Amino acid sequence: MGSLFKKMARSQLAIPLFALFLLVVFNLIRDPEFFSITIATNNDGNAVLSGNLISILNGASAIAILSIGMTLITSSCKGQDISVAAVAAIAGSVFVSVLRANEITIPVFLLAFLLSCVVSVLFSLFNGVLVAVFKIQPMIATLILFSAGRSIAYWINGGATPTVSSPLLTSIGGFIPGIPIPTPILIMVIFLILITLVLRFTNLGLYTQVVGINEGTAHLNGISPVWIKLIAFIISGVCVATAGCITVCRIGLINHETLLLDAEMDVILAVAIGGNALSGGKFNLYGSVIGAYIIQALTVTLYAMKVPSAAVKAYKAIVIILIVVCSSPVVKDFVVRMYKKMFKKQPEKEVQAKAA
Amino acid sequence: MKKGKDLIIENRGKKPREPISNTNLLMTITICTFIGMYLLAMFVWGGGFLNPQQFLDLFNNNAFLLIIACGLTMVMISGGIDISGGGVTALVTMACVVYLEDHGGTVIGSLLLALGIGLFFGLLHGILVAYLEIQPFIVTLAGMFFARGMVTIVSIAPRTATHEAFLNLKQMRITIPGMGYYGKTGIFIPAQIELGVVIALIVVIAVAIILKWTRFGRNLYAVGGNSHSALTLGINVKRTKFYAYLLAGILSGIAGYVYLLHTGAGDAANATQAEMQAIASNIIGGTLLTGGVGNVIGTLFGMLSLKTITNIVIASGLTKPYYQSITTGLMLCFFILLQSVILAVREKGAIGLLPEWLRPGKKDNKHS
Repeated sequence: MGSLFKKMARSQLAIPLFALFLLVVFNLIRDPEFFSITIATNNDGNAVLSGNLISILNGASAIAILSIGMTLITSSCKGQDISVAAVAAIAGSVFVSVLRANEITIPVFLLAFLLSCVVSVLFSLFNGVLVAVFKIQPMIATLILFSAGRSIAYWINGGATPTVSSPLLTSIGGFIPGIPIPTPILIMVIFLILITLVLRFTNLGLYTQVVGINEGTAHLNGISPVWIKLIAFIISGVCVATAGCITVCRIGLINHETLLLDAEMDVILAVAIGGNALSGGKFNLYGSVIGAYIIQALTVTLYAMKVPSAAVKAYKAIVIILIVVCSSPVVKDFVVRMYKKMFKKQPEKEVQAKAA
Repeated sequence: MKKGKDLIIENRGKKPREPISNTNLLMTITICTFIGMYLLAMFVWGGGFLNPQQFLDLFNNNAFLLIIACGLTMVMISGGIDISGGGVTALVTMACVVYLEDHGGTVIGSLLLALGIGLFFGLLHGILVAYLEIQPFIVTLAGMFFARGMVTIVSIAPRTATHEAFLNLKQMRITIPGMGYYGKTGIFIPAQIELGVVIALIVVIAVAIILKWTRFGRNLYAVGGNSHSALTLGINVKRTKFYAYLLAGILSGIAGYVYLLHTGAGDAANATQAEMQAIASNIIGGTLLTGGVGNVIGTLFGMLSLKTITNIVIASGLTKPYYQSITTGLMLCFFILLQSVILAVREKGAIGLLPEWLRPGKKDNKHS
């Protein structure tokens, strides 16, 4: 029991999973029907799943995708990219302007997505070069695009908030006919599988952590810190474009001011709640994704409790503080010490039992 | 401060003589840029830039930002970050207006309320960052969310202050003798500053004195430069960090009151993105986010440069709001790159900056 507890306390995923568990239990006590999933028929006549659980999973997909890129940047560069939402607005603007210039078919859609990916990777690389080559702290380097990004999106849109509508976009932002699960969830799952495969079959994850822990060591071992950082920014750029395009598809228009507003803060929170150190080094991608779902579950719970939308932030802040206090190393040490004091004899017994 | 910086560089054995510390060099560049920019604006666009009132309006409109930025300078020198400034400012404006209007408050009471809110956030951030060792970005982000959320809990609708004594204080203007301009009718209109500007300037001077001549200020540089060696030198690192966040919180509270003195209204949208502008002012002023380098006088000129460029953009006819943020971004980019290059040159020498295959001869640059 003692060793299990220790293992639990040391595991990075322990706190986020526990927080998610508490949220679920809290909701079940408050309303046992909270997580029930019903099959409804949407406007197009498709049978689709609906319910709070689906809306949590659906709503969090953009932040979850962004958090994948952010985790890699955090790990390798020891800092955060605060321009993700602004760059997503740029990518979304490019996406919409290509779609509006042509008739929306699948090749045009793919072209638009590809183009927005290229643009967002280029902007990400601008950040990446500042961070990796010029050795500027990520938060400062990305402050440039943070302040200018949405204005660039405004400029691409020509100052308007153009709308696009097409059955194809509805199926990407909502449901593909015949499949009852919202498409953003599917895209998120595909993304997660892809990145898992990349991390499993390449050394990218290991190299990223090495660069984050000690750049000098990485350099001496033949890993180029500059390239690893740039790769992290490129992956993040693809994540940003995907998240931006999903959001555009979902709402059917591009508003450069409000697209993914404050998402960068939510994404950084997701990374931190997932137990990743914001000072770089070791990372756990799944922790960040769980963190994104925790934030969305929290928001949906607060809405369900009839908290006004503007006041949600205050309650969110309290829960966030509680989670980070619980995962703080000082508190963890304190709990472990208290636990040892209270059950001093137990570990010894276990040692004896093992010896026997 | 200068000595400490020089000492570190000397100990690395790179350059035996350093004429000027990084802090002062970066600050000098900022001041020169600002003066050059303003003189250029005076010659090219003339008009408003020749009017002393427009120069003083830079202070009138941004006194609160200056106060937030001063608090942030201390936090950034200690190696942390505080992004709650704008949120706390908005909360203070709203809470004070509601207190003055609905609860029959007094001016002194509202001032104490502002200080109390600032103190609360400062204590919270200080304890969580310094003693529980939680990442400052997350703590102050949560602080910002909490403050922004609390504003709407206090009152969703924007409120305007009509309290008589407060309005008297709000309308107080201090005339600068000898400065002024001739209006269209030929009447001499003296240049004026608001009460908030006086408070802001006092804060700047106080913080400058704290950083330069007190033990706490010196400790901040030591902790930010290298917290491990500061600890081995016997500096109480945790307490130093705690006080930095505490002071930043209190200054945010004061900034909120100054904001209220300027606009007289409480609104959830008050001081939007003030935290990012404060960070930008600090960066332009030569304070590094890594800690250990920075100066509050630089922050003052950083803020002035940031706001002057906006004025220049407007004066040159690009009135659409997106030009302003794009030029702000470009200016940030320029200063960030400049600082990066300067620091790299000072650390490695100009040759060390070149890629390895371009360097003359095959020297081991690691130990030079």
